Amino acid sequence: MSTSQMVMYDEEFQEINEVIERLLKDSNSKVIFLVDKNGQLISGVGETERFDTTSLASLTAGNIAATGGLAKLIGEKEFSILFHEGEKDNLHISIVGGRVILVVLFDNRSSLGLVRLRVKKSSEELSAIFEKLVKKSEEQAKSGSSSFPFAEITDDDIDNLFS
Amino acid sequence: MSFINYASREINCKIVYYGPGLCGKTTNLQHIYSKTAPDAKGKMISLATETERTLFFDFLPLALGEIRGFKTRFHLYTVPGQVFYDASRKLILKGVDGIVFVADSQEERMDANVESLENLRFNLKEQGYDLDKLPYVVQYNKRDLPNVTPIETLRKDLNPTNVPDFTACASTGEGVFETLKAVAKLILVDLKKGR
Repeated sequence: MSTSQMVMYDEEFQEINEVIERLLKDSNSKVIFLVDKNGQLISGVGETERFDTTSLASLTAGNIAATGGLAKLIGEKEFSILFHEGEKDNLHISIVGGRVILVVLFDNRSSLGLVRLRVKKSSEELSAIFEKLVKKSEEQAKSGSSSFPFAEITDDDIDNLFS
Repeated sequence: MSFINYASREINCKIVYYGPGLCGKTTNLQHIYSKTAPDAKGKMISLATETERTLFFDFLPLALGEIRGFKTRFHLYTVPGQVFYDASRKLILKGVDGIVFVADSQEERMDANVESLENLRFNLKEQGYDLDKLPYVVQYNKRDLPNVTPIETLRKDLNPTNVPDFTACASTGEGVFETLKAVAKLILVDLKKGR
């Protein structure tokens, strides 16, 4: 398999949320999402209930994938920041640690400059947490995944899902 | 590449529907969407052209229920089938956990099926995957049409490795859920092994 499995633990989840909560306040933005490059939502803070977060995650990942394809065509590794300007709301999308996508939604109470500045600082913190997370899950995998919830599922468990 | 979240006790898996243009990938998803309880599904997104040809992908999130206290979610994607959208197709395959190859049973589409299957193997390889090692099922769609290739021929040409295969008519929904269940089951069995 080309990529390892993404695993999220409680401890890191809380650390991540602390960072993006702080970013939400510091950047004066409305919502912040963290999305896996494959389109899975990792976490979200702010007015998340106003949005279809699953769709948002999938489309963001598609967007990053498409612009990543464009980047390669012109000889760039990737475009690490995307900015979408709307009439009221704007999206600032950036790649964190090469693996995770940070989405900041903000309106005219903030500004692109402020968001960029704050995102840069938070990205470094998030990168460090995700690096730790990757190491942790690799170690867990090596030590035999005894705590892995799916190791002991039975065929019945699987069949029950479809009943 | 499934995503296991211990914090929210969720597991997310990605299923991709692959196949030649107009074989019925989007129709598969539309049927699943129409027959799933509202609380088990999210919004279906179709990035399509004005003539309803898939331009980038269709996306349908499904929540199947819980296993051992973990919410099990499947994200269903289709690729654009038309040959010239190859660059987009490759992108959709990123992080895939299971594949459904939808074949068009009509005689005149046999070449397109074979070409699309080769394209699938090639694109997977480029991403570092091996189709023979992934959870993978085949669906022979459009069995209701008059000019269909016999199943034996389709099997021989499109399913030489003998993975689970199903006949279907996606427009009426026949065989659609059987196909989905089979691939979802293979993914869960794969997860059980812990890769």
